[in-house]
Amino acid sequence: MEKKEIIIEVENLVKKFGQFVANDNLTFKVFKGEIFGFLGANGAGKTTAIRILSGLLEPTSGKISVAGYNAYSQRDLIKANIGYMSQKFSLYDDLTVRENIRFFGGIYGLYGKILKARIDELLSDLKMTEFKDDLISSLPLGWKQRLSFSIAMIHKPVIIFLDEPTGGVDPITRRSFWEMIHSVANQGTTVFVTTHYMDEAEYCDRVTIMVDGRIEALDSPANLKKTFNANSMDEVFVMLARKAKSA
Amino acid sequence: MRAILFIIQKEFLQIFRNKTMLPIIFLLPIIQLLILANAATFEMKNINISVVDYDNSRISREVISHFDASTFFTIIPTEQSVEKALELVHSNRTDLVMVIPNGFEKDIDNSIAPKVQLLVNSINGMGASLAYAYSSSILMNFTKNIAIKKLNVNIQTPPTISTQTSYWYNPELKYSHFMVPGILVILVTIIGMFLTALNLVREKELGTIEQINVTPIKRYQFIIGKLVPFWIIAMFELAFGLLVGKLLFDIPINGSLTLLFSFAGVFLVLALGGGLLLSSISSSQQQVMFVAFFFMIVFVLMSGIFTSTESMPNWAQIFNRINPLYYFMKVIRMVLVKGANLSDIRESFISVSILAVTMLSFAIFRYKKTS
Amino acid sequence: MNNSKPNKFWGFALKEFRHIFRDKRTLLIIFGMPIAELLIFGYVVTNEIKDANIAILDKSGDYLSQKLTSKLASSGYFIPTTYLYSENEIEPVLRSGKAKMVVVYEPNFAEKFFREKNAAIQIITDASEPNTASLLANYAGSIINSFASENGANELRSSPIDIRVRMLYNSELKSVFMFVPGTMALILMLLTAMMTAISIAREKELGTMEVLLVSPLKPSHIVLGKVLPYVGLAFINALVILFLGYTVFDLPMRGSLALLLLVSFVFIILALSLGIFISTVSKTQQVAMFFSMIGLMLPTMLLSGFIFPIENMPLVLQWLSALMPPRWFISAIKTIMIKGEGIAYVWKEMLIMIGMIVFFLTLSIKKFKVRLS
Repeated sequence: MEKKEIIIEVENLVKKFGQFVANDNLTFKVFKGEIFGFLGANGAGKTTAIRILSGLLEPTSGKISVAGYNAYSQRDLIKANIGYMSQKFSLYDDLTVRENIRFFGGIYGLYGKILKARIDELLSDLKMTEFKDDLISSLPLGWKQRLSFSIAMIHKPVIIFLDEPTGGVDPITRRSFWEMIHSVANQGTTVFVTTHYMDEAEYCDRVTIMVDGRIEALDSPANLKKTFNANSMDEVFVMLARKAKSA
Repeated sequence: MRAILFIIQKEFLQIFRNKTMLPIIFLLPIIQLLILANAATFEMKNINISVVDYDNSRISREVISHFDASTFFTIIPTEQSVEKALELVHSNRTDLVMVIPNGFEKDIDNSIAPKVQLLVNSINGMGASLAYAYSSSILMNFTKNIAIKKLNVNIQTPPTISTQTSYWYNPELKYSHFMVPGILVILVTIIGMFLTALNLVREKELGTIEQINVTPIKRYQFIIGKLVPFWIIAMFELAFGLLVGKLLFDIPINGSLTLLFSFAGVFLVLALGGGLLLSSISSSQQQVMFVAFFFMIVFVLMSGIFTSTESMPNWAQIFNRINPLYYFMKVIRMVLVKGANLSDIRESFISVSILAVTMLSFAIFRYKKTS
Repeated sequence: MNNSKPNKFWGFALKEFRHIFRDKRTLLIIFGMPIAELLIFGYVVTNEIKDANIAILDKSGDYLSQKLTSKLASSGYFIPTTYLYSENEIEPVLRSGKAKMVVVYEPNFAEKFFREKNAAIQIITDASEPNTASLLANYAGSIINSFASENGANELRSSPIDIRVRMLYNSELKSVFMFVPGTMALILMLLTAMMTAISIAREKELGTMEVLLVSPLKPSHIVLGKVLPYVGLAFINALVILFLGYTVFDLPMRGSLALLLLVSFVFIILALSLGIFISTVSKTQQVAMFFSMIGLMLPTMLLSGFIFPIENMPLVLQWLSALMPPRWFISAIKTIMIKGEGIAYVWKEMLIMIGMIVFFLTLSIKKFKVRLS
């Protein structure tokens, strides 16, 4: 892999909730344009980390820079350059597809002709043009998730954070979801994704495996399998997770 | 700034799409106004009286007929026994028992002050004192006239002071002129404040607020975008309520409506800002509602909706300086009924403006995009 | 998971209890509200007038008018704060609210009183607060009358009739007899009905109701488990209010305490069934809240005889008030506490309340079944 531009840099990130240490001294770098996976069991600290990076949570300590901006003092600048999709569906159920897109586009500062063009573009990319006036609540879950993803991308961010984006959807929808991820990555967007599906780890350029708030391994899937002498990421993960106190 | 407009537009879409909330927002308050303004009255219209007449003379019957003729009293027949009449009080069928003892007529003939006993159900202290006042004035007038007629002497009249009382602004002492603006204040505040407070915390509960928090929107833009839609609804509600009040209760509108609405505008920033502050420090709708409800009850009761604030104890008057409803209650009545102008309500206007600015800044400050 | 049914039920009820008790803020309000409200009603919301600001326009300025002014001032009802010099000043002083009443003496007051045997005073009140206005006018009138008879040797017998009045039940005409039962009704109604409605609507809104419904618990047990904690809280609140009424405000307890508690219990159940009913017709917490808030708070305060006597209302509203659950509760507790009557005098109220419970519960169960099928 050729030398790439660093887009996220984290040094000694610590996040405590009272006594509980959710993120214990995380240090890693993410390069521009790669798909960076965060793997771990529930409660391993993935969501905490992704929420800190996207500016939803204050870190306890550590040096963090996202898209070239400081995570303490330049949070709004970070937010203008990233997209975020939460594991909990968070579009407005009582608004239509088009109204949701329009609203978030407006919040990100798009307006007038540009906004209109972007809405049409998104709708046709999603093949949802004919459903644009349907309420979100009437859509199947897979569609909702793809829509959430597109809306997180509405302002063409440099980095997109996806927190367990494929939770609860069927394998076919998951497959098409990953196609969307690859296509934005090919256009140069950095993708930061958390998941607990080990097969999805194979789709990532590099993965980090988190156990009990710590980073246990960080490398490309192929290298990880080699290092741990395993056939699949699943095996790698099971080996590492055995060390967990909570498992 | 454009982001604010997008939030406002979104809120309106959501409000008008919710078919259950629409009638609650626009219809329920008006129905309430209609019913409650009629219910809230202290005017005594009817006092039930039972008379136990032991004298059973011409004069005693004449006394009773005076009560019968009065519009205040309805005579409830009773057996000739005090115990039986008291039974009627027990079972709430009569409010007042008048006992005319034996020798009533004889006393009058002999120019001795005749005796009458009144037994008043005084669970409602205020009603009881009114019932007593009305009945004793009938009795006094009756015996005075008899005495004057009987004596037919022109005794040296003592000097008197004649008082002429006039009731300004509301010469017929219509209670609805007092209550309709008061109830309107409560309804507008409830609708505006609760809708705002619940709206923000609902987004928290449903998780949609995350998607907004991750955008570069400024805190003040978000708070103002949330406030404006409900501000407009509350202002509309006030206008609608005033119209209903004017058409159905004929409430006076003597002052400038521009002045009233300017004041209401500032007041609503305060009330709605309070709602937003509350919701940004709460985690569930249940919590918000409960706290809001508590403050609402305290503020309403202290605001002088039923009673004069000047007669309240000192600590209550000091408290009222930070009670938004106290100011609005006072100003709406002053402007509508008395035609007060800006200089009459200047102090209230300044106080509410200061409170509003403080509250709004606090709401913006307390709203955190990170947790 | 192998627990027997009753254990599961209690576990569920306990979970609800913990849910309420974990939230300190709500808890503080649940117990602070009745106390705050009693204190406000006891000390703040009174119909007595004292220290009303008045203005004086004394066109005479002689010793008699000044003497009357100081008599008005010493009564405790009035404080003369503003002295006017012309009729034109009357309007602004009333309009701005600086004075609630203006007393106008005619010129040569003393001379007219002693020579012509009649002096005139004009009382102008701000009737934008009609009750206050008429009370002020009455107080002023009676002070002026007694002033007149004190100052002009009055030969006429003071009263041509000897009226003996006995105020039954409440000889000192205290307002506590109205507001303690009313506060109790308001708090119990809102706490139980509103909290029940909202907590059930919350489960529906957040989708957790479905989870509960597929659990082995019976739907009736779920609802029961949810409302049980509120019954407990409401009952404790009722006791606190009664205790405060009894100790701080000297409310008598002339009837049977057991009967009183029974009536309160029936009312709490009634409020609960109303809450359950509201929750079956509301999809979201917001709807449930506005229904309970607007539909219960103001009507409980204004249509139940709590603040405004029902007898004074228009006939239609008297009928409407018969549909208000708190009306019957207030009437029953007044009868028991103040009149000291037994069951013979409150069976009607009890029967009506039980009828309402049956009505709301039947309706809710019907609604619920429709939703399930």
